[in-house]
Amino acid sequence: MISRTLVIIGGGSAGMAAAIKAYDLGVKDILILEKGRVLGGILNQCIHNGFGLQEFQEELTGPEFLARYAAMTQERNIEVWFEHTVLNINANKEITVSSPQGLVIIKAQAIIFTVGCYERSAGAIKLPGDRPKGVITAGQAQYYQNILGQKVGKQVFVLGSGDIGLIMARRLTLEGAKVLGVAEIMPYSNGLNRNIVQCLEDYEIPLYLSHTVTKVIGKERLEKIEISKVDANYQPILGTEKIYEVDTLVLSVGLIPNLEIFNNPKFVTSSTRGLLVDNHFASEIPGIFSAGNCLHVHDLVDFVVKEARIAATNAYHYLQNQNEVSLQEFAVLKAKEMGYLIPEYIRIHQSDTAVTFQFRVRFPILKARIKLLNAKNEVLFQVVRLYLIPSEMVSLEVKAALFLQNSEPLHYEVEVLE
Amino acid sequence: MKKLICIICPRGCHLEVDENLNVTGNFCSRGAIYGKQEVSNPTRMITSTIPITGFMVKMLPVRTKEPVKKALIMKVMKEIKKIVLDRPVQAGEVIATNVGNLGVDIVASATIDKETKQY
Ligand SMILES: Cc1cc2nc3c(=O)[nH]c(=O)nc-3n(C[C@H](O)[C@H](O)[C@H](O)COP(=O)(O)OP(=O)(O)OC[C@H]3O[C@@H](n4cnc5c(N)ncnc54)[C@H](O)[C@@H]3O)c2cc1C
Ligand code: SF4
Repeated sequence: MISRTLVIIGGGSAGMAAAIKAYDLGVKDILILEKGRVLGGILNQCIHNGFGLQEFQEELTGPEFLARYAAMTQERNIEVWFEHTVLNINANKEITVSSPQGLVIIKAQAIIFTVGCYERSAGAIKLPGDRPKGVITAGQAQYYQNILGQKVGKQVFVLGSGDIGLIMARRLTLEGAKVLGVAEIMPYSNGLNRNIVQCLEDYEIPLYLSHTVTKVIGKERLEKIEISKVDANYQPILGTEKIYEVDTLVLSVGLIPNLEIFNNPKFVTSSTRGLLVDNHFASEIPGIFSAGNCLHVHDLVDFVVKEARIAATNAYHYLQNQNEVSLQEFAVLKAKEMGYLIPEYIRIHQSDTAVTFQFRVRFPILKARIKLLNAKNEVLFQVVRLYLIPSEMVSLEVKAALFLQNSEPLHYEVEVLE
Repeated sequence: MKKLICIICPRGCHLEVDENLNVTGNFCSRGAIYGKQEVSNPTRMITSTIPITGFMVKMLPVRTKEPVKKALIMKVMKEIKKIVLDRPVQAGEVIATNVGNLGVDIVASATIDKETKQY
C-alpha cells in the first residue's frame, strides 16, 4: 500500500487551491488524484469571462483563471496523478483508486475531498413525454460546443434559469442558433442579474418566469416542446400550453454535489446533499475534509478557492495535532427561510477566532435580520442584511468567543423586515 | 427613455435612463453611474472558441483583448469564426489584430502546445 500525508481528491479549482495552501503551510507530501487528463475541472469548459474579480482583481475567463492556479500548483512541484478515479474511501482513510495500471490503494493521514458537482438530468426532474435526441444538460452542451467544437442545435429552448443555462443561451446564439426562450418554474430567476442582462436581454431572448416544460415531443430527434404556466404550487395551469418547434432543449435545472464515493448516508447532509461538515470543513470521519462544489454549489470560483484554503488550513492543523479536543461542540439548525446552512455542527478549537456560516435563502428577501439563538431563545448574534436572493450565497462571520460558554444546540431565525 | 436592470449588486434595481442620461429608479449612486455608462456606451467582452489543428486539443478558447461596443458583437463574432490556427499558442497572445477593420484584437485564453492534453 502507498502511504501519503495529504491526499486531495479532484484537481479542479478547489483541489488546486487546497494543495497550494497546504504546501505553503509546510505539508510537502501531497498527492492530487484527478480522474481526468488535466487540472482545472469544470473551468476548462467555462470559456466566458467573470472569474477572479476577488482573487486577482481582474476579470478573467475560466481557462485563464485555471492557468494561474495550475502554474502555482506546478511551481510547487505538487504531485498530480491523472486518470486516477477514486472509487471508495474507508474510515481508515484508505483510498481505492482505479487507474490505467489497475486498482491502487493509498493510505492517507488526511484527505481533502474536492470532486465538484454533477447536473440534474431529464430523468431526475421527471420531464414528461418522449426521450428523443436533442435533450441535453447545459454542461453537456457547453462541453460539446466549447471543447469538441460541435454545433449543439439550431432552434433551442432552455429549461431553468441557472447560470450555466443563461451562459449557454448566449453562447449558442453567438454560434448562430436561435434561442427561443428560457422557462423558469420559479417566479424569480435562479441566475445572477448580470447573466440575465448580458446573456438574455442583450440578445432579446425572452425569460418566462413561472413556466415549465409540460411535454417533450419527438421520435428520434426532438421536434417540439410544450410550455405551460404554473400556479403557486408549481402545477401547470390548463389552457396556458404553448408549442415551440425546437431541435434542442437545454436543461439547466440544478447542480448536485458529487458524493458517489460516500454512499454512506451517515456522512451526508440532506440540506446540501454534500458531506456533513463542521466549521473546520471537517467531516464526521476524522481527517477527511471537503470544499468546493462537492460541499455546496458555488456561483463564484473566488469563494471556492477561499473555502478550499480554509479546509486546507484545517487539514494542516489536524495533521499537526490529531487529538485536539474541542472546547465546545454543538449543532446549529438552519432557519426555515434558508435553503441550506454550512456548517450545521460546530467544534470550537483553541485556535479558532471566528466561525464562518454560509447559506442561501429560499426566496428573495429585500431586508432581513438574521439571528442566531440558543435553546432559551436568547439572541447570541444578529445582523441585518440587504437584498438576499437564492442565486447568491450569503456568508456571515461570528466571533468564536461568543461560543465559549455554549454547549447546547443553536438555531437561526430570519426575520423578514422588507 | 431606456429601461434596464442594474447589475452592480443583488438588489437589481429597475433603472430608467432618459435622453439626457438622467437615471431614475436607482437605490444608490452606483446605479446612476452604471445606467449612464450602459446607455451611453455599453461594452462587452466577447468570448468564443476557434479550431486549432495539429494538437490533441481541438478548440482554442479566445476573447477580445478589450471589451467591445455592444453593437459590434455579431460583427466581431463573424470575424472570429474565420480564424483557424495550426501552431502552438500562448495564453494572452494576440492571434488576430484589427479583425474586419473593426479595431478589435483577438487574444488566446489558453496555452496550447504538443504537451497540452484534451479535457
Ligand atoms: C457552467 C458554469 C459556469 C460558471 N460560471 C462562473 C463565473 O462566471 N464566475 C465564477 O466565478 N464562477 C463560475 N462558476 C463557478 C465555479 O467556476 C465553479 O464552482 C468552480 O470552478 C468549481 O470548482 P471545484 O473544484 O469545486 O469543482 P470542479 O471544477 O468540478 O472540479 C472537480 C474535479 O474533481 C475531479 N473528480 C471528480 N470525481 C472524481 C473522482 N472520483 N476521483 C478523482 N477525481 C474526481 C473532476 O474530474 C474535476 O477535475 C461556474 C460554474 C459552472 C459549472
Ligand atoms: S442601484 Fe444601487 S442598490 Fe440598486 S442594484 Fe444598483 S448598486 Fe444595487
